[in-house]
Amino acid sequence: MEMQKLYLLVPMAPLVGAMIAGLFCRVIPRWVAHTATIAGVAIAFVVSVLIFMDVQAGHTFNGTVYTWLTSGDYRFEVGFLIDTLTTTMMLVVTFVSLMVHIYTIGYMQEDPGYNRFFSYISLFTFSMLMLVMSNNFMQLFFGWEAVGLVSYLLIGFWYTRPTAIFANMKAFLVNRVGDFGFILGIGLVLTHFGTLDYATVFAKAPELADTTINLFAGRDWATVSLMTVTCICLFIGAMGKSAQVPLHVWLPDSMEGPTPISALIHAATMVTAGIFMVSRMSPLFELSTAALSFVIVIGAITALFMGFLGIIQNDIKRVVAYSTLSQLGYMTVALGASAYSVAIFHLMTHAFFKALLFLAAGSVIIGMHHDQDIRNMGGLRKYMPITWITSLIGSLALIGTPFLSGFYSKDSIIEAVALSHIPGAGFAYFCVLAGVFVTAFYSFRMYFLVFHGEERFGKADDAHHHEHEGDHDDEEVAHDHHHGLAPGQKPHETPWVVWLPLVLLAIPSVAIGFIAIGPMVFGDYFKGVIFIDHAAHPAMQHLAEHFHGASAMGVHALTTLPFFLALAGVVLSWFFYMKRPDIPAAIQRRFSAIHTLFENKYYFDKFNEAIFAGGARLLGKSLWRGGDVAVIDGLMVNGSAKLVGWISSVTRLFQTGYVYHYAFTMIIGIFVLMTLWINRA
Amino acid sequence: MSTYPLLSLAIWIPIFAGLLVLTTGGDRNAPLARMLALAGAVAGFLVTIPLWTGFDVANGGMQFVELSSWIPRFNINYHLGVDGISMLFVVLNAFVTIIVVAAGWEVIQNKIAQYNAAFLIMSGLMNGIFTSLDGVLFYVFFEASLIPLYLIIGVWGGPNRVYAAFKFFLYTLFGSLLFLLALMYLFIQSGGSFSILDWHKLPIALGAQTWLFLAFLIAFAVKVPMWPVHTWLPDAHVEAPTGGSIVLAAIALKLGAYGFLRFSLPIAPDASHELSSFVIALSLIAIVYIGFVALVQEDMKKLVAYSSIAHMGFVTLGFFMFSAMGIEGALVQMVSHGFVSGAMFFCIGVMYDRVHSRQIADYGGVVNRMPKFAALFMLFSMANAGLPATSGFVGEFMVILGAVKFNFWVAFAAASSMVVGAAYTLWMYKRVIFGDVANHHVDELSDINLREFAILGVLAIATLWMGLYPQPFTEVMHASVNDLLRHVAISKIQ
Repeated sequence: MEMQKLYLLVPMAPLVGAMIAGLFCRVIPRWVAHTATIAGVAIAFVVSVLIFMDVQAGHTFNGTVYTWLTSGDYRFEVGFLIDTLTTTMMLVVTFVSLMVHIYTIGYMQEDPGYNRFFSYISLFTFSMLMLVMSNNFMQLFFGWEAVGLVSYLLIGFWYTRPTAIFANMKAFLVNRVGDFGFILGIGLVLTHFGTLDYATVFAKAPELADTTINLFAGRDWATVSLMTVTCICLFIGAMGKSAQVPLHVWLPDSMEGPTPISALIHAATMVTAGIFMVSRMSPLFELSTAALSFVIVIGAITALFMGFLGIIQNDIKRVVAYSTLSQLGYMTVALGASAYSVAIFHLMTHAFFKALLFLAAGSVIIGMHHDQDIRNMGGLRKYMPITWITSLIGSLALIGTPFLSGFYSKDSIIEAVALSHIPGAGFAYFCVLAGVFVTAFYSFRMYFLVFHGEERFGKADDAHHHEHEGDHDDEEVAHDHHHGLAPGQKPHETPWVVWLPLVLLAIPSVAIGFIAIGPMVFGDYFKGVIFIDHAAHPAMQHLAEHFHGASAMGVHALTTLPFFLALAGVVLSWFFYMKRPDIPAAIQRRFSAIHTLFENKYYFDKFNEAIFAGGARLLGKSLWRGGDVAVIDGLMVNGSAKLVGWISSVTRLFQTGYVYHYAFTMIIGIFVLMTLWINRA
Repeated sequence: MSTYPLLSLAIWIPIFAGLLVLTTGGDRNAPLARMLALAGAVAGFLVTIPLWTGFDVANGGMQFVELSSWIPRFNINYHLGVDGISMLFVVLNAFVTIIVVAAGWEVIQNKIAQYNAAFLIMSGLMNGIFTSLDGVLFYVFFEASLIPLYLIIGVWGGPNRVYAAFKFFLYTLFGSLLFLLALMYLFIQSGGSFSILDWHKLPIALGAQTWLFLAFLIAFAVKVPMWPVHTWLPDAHVEAPTGGSIVLAAIALKLGAYGFLRFSLPIAPDASHELSSFVIALSLIAIVYIGFVALVQEDMKKLVAYSSIAHMGFVTLGFFMFSAMGIEGALVQMVSHGFVSGAMFFCIGVMYDRVHSRQIADYGGVVNRMPKFAALFMLFSMANAGLPATSGFVGEFMVILGAVKFNFWVAFAAASSMVVGAAYTLWMYKRVIFGDVANHHVDELSDINLREFAILGVLAIATLWMGLYPQPFTEVMHASVNDLLRHVAISKIQ
């Protein structure tokens, strides 16, 4: 009984905080806004810890809060499912959110939208918690769209910047494309299972494993497995939210938002919602190898090809953004290999080290007075030691340095893919392996350019001010929000509210993998939560046979290929960017075609812009001008009015007023009638 | 059950209040006219509340029935009643009337008494439509309600108001003439009864059912409006004053859709089944085609008008899938559309009152000067795009989910509105609200006043309530919708 109130408290506390900060944002002082929201999130975090311990003690929960809607035979409810998967997500979400809240005090210090910002991030925390705590598809969809809304609001937080308000609309619409698939998947679930409640659906799934549906009346070729269609539809939703190719295009642009939300929403939590959702749906996905193949191929493409783009980025946030895309690809690959627990494990470690990297990038941006171009940095380790060390830890965790958290999760993914035999697994194995090298290369390219080498900041060179800094809000001009360092000015370490979260995030980035891999990936932690059909997809079972403890895994890794690939990436980036900067420039000239391809991000944006956006506008224009205005209004409506007018104008000609005209007409008429009458007889 | 004739009160209080307002005369007595109108609207709303609170959810038949003879020679009766399908619209109509009177408070400065009277009288007449159980009574209300709206557009409308008013009037009159013929036919066939409930039981051959269905279809399709008889709506909206647009979108469009459930489906069930794929095809065209047309509109009111047509496409789609989810989803969509499109038109009115332009290109950066307004407008835009937790989501969600069961590709086409609907709404929002202050008109904007804030606040609460807890709305529908479905499943051909 008491626990159920606590469950409710977790999402409600941030919601109350958000409402206080949001509804009264114009009247309350700043300290009220941040105190209220931080208190809300802190309560959520503490209670999540309590619930986590309770669940560890074996008390799971699945129950209804209220009935949202009934219709026909269907019931839609709002309820909670509390199990180990939920509590893992709750802990990650509330902890990272709490860190970001504290960090925001420092980061948004000078911003006029301070209270509004706190309101949004707390609202986000509420939405994300509703998403992960849901026990049914309807509420999942609610959380799904609600986090999308807050993401929209936050990407466009600086609403006077053209790039920001373009990016937020793009993000929302691309996500809607994913949701379009997602809602069809939900519809298929409701149609064939009769309910949207997880437990009932999962219990019934094996019965429907062989069900087929016909997508095109009566044609044999259109008869497909229900599970495959449903899972692919659901996964399209995940592709939107978790930014998988080709629906990834919104995530790099989302960097227009303030850095704290890039860490919270666009790295640690929201973008992993798709990964969480597929893991939650493991009892469905396990029934369709075809869908899993689809998942693994999409993930593999994202993991490798988005990594390549990270290499040529010069905006510090965009490097991290492409790295996020690539890491989301890794998680998706794990899902495809039926290694759901590994995917969630990587989700967790990634949340810590990627939030750390983003917040560190934000710290650098503050230190650089809002210059984000890594070409203008260099040598910052002297001026920002805490940021430097924590960034190094984050980068090492990201590239999979043995014994750090990222190593355990990433190595497990690579091993699981190696052992998977579903179609597409071979390709995926190549991609994730090559991705290790690419990840190490771009991560340390950024690291060296920012923290080591020549100090390139403080030069009076306006050309370095790239497009983001061109436009100012009236209020922002007052306190030079978007300027780089002036000549002679030095970067400085950031205040404690900014660096403290970095330190607190660095701890799990180092240690969580070592601690958690045993129970979480190979133990009983997800027993009864994640379902794997071991007969069809034995990868995880084989993986477990090779596991002999976290220490052994770390030691063993020192002799394996991924370790050398990562090392090669680090060394090469050091050589290229510290030792011989002329080499990358030469390569760029030599392979200008590939560079142009990367520069244009494989032309996805241009394609979408021309075909989808342009096509929709053209279609709309032609339907409007051609259909509505010309045919319906022109021909039919005004046309019939004109026809009436024309007929009356013709008949008016008969009314001449001359008696002899009328007499003549009458005679003709009588004549015609008589002729007809005679012929009839 | 209440002893008061609540339905008669719901009809006649606004009408008499309207007549009373007329007696205040010229604009010298404007404050009095406004206060009287508001009092009449509030009184009209208060009498409808017991309809909901006292509604017996287990009873699928008619409730609060009133029956007395009107023209005995032709067996025409003053016969009123509501069931789970019509009750919410009476309440919604009375609610919207208050909003409309408040919306015109400071804005309308000429012929104030006449303006308010027109809205009150129209409100009563439309309640008459939703509650009539006699064919002639229905027809009288149905036709009479055209007149006030015609006047509202024609007198208080924009520069091109005469064309719009005529187009609106002729379009709908054309539809209703066929409807009258159908009523005559049913009167004769039923052996001299104008009772709609009798007609529901009347056996009719398929051929005759088909003709009846088509006559009803044309009459109601114009009102809804369905593609391709929709082109009067954007013109009417553009020219209508804000209050006119609100009533038009929130209530008048519902009359046609309501007609489908009261006439087409129960009177001609076999023809409804026969021709359902035709209606579904038209509905999908409305959703997809009109969505793209809305995308390229440069006039905000036109854009929202087109989005109304697309949203009403969900309504007709839901009706003709013959499932509880479909019909209830469609009814929820109708109520929700009343809140959301009413609010959208009011938001556009707020900006129009200040800048005197509806062109998207004339705006930009409104949020810099009107942050409170921008926040509320965001809520309604999101509701218009069908975001969960707003009322706009519930109906679409139910209809799409119902459609998956009906046919995957129908659902596919309908669900495309998730993308297109978001695209046109958010693109408009971006161009109007976000960005730097675009010109000196925007620069001089003042944020919403208390009256505007109250109107939008009430609508926001309604939108969120219905999104977060739609159960009270659908609960009242279940019994009636189930009865209707059972009735429609039985053939009337003998």
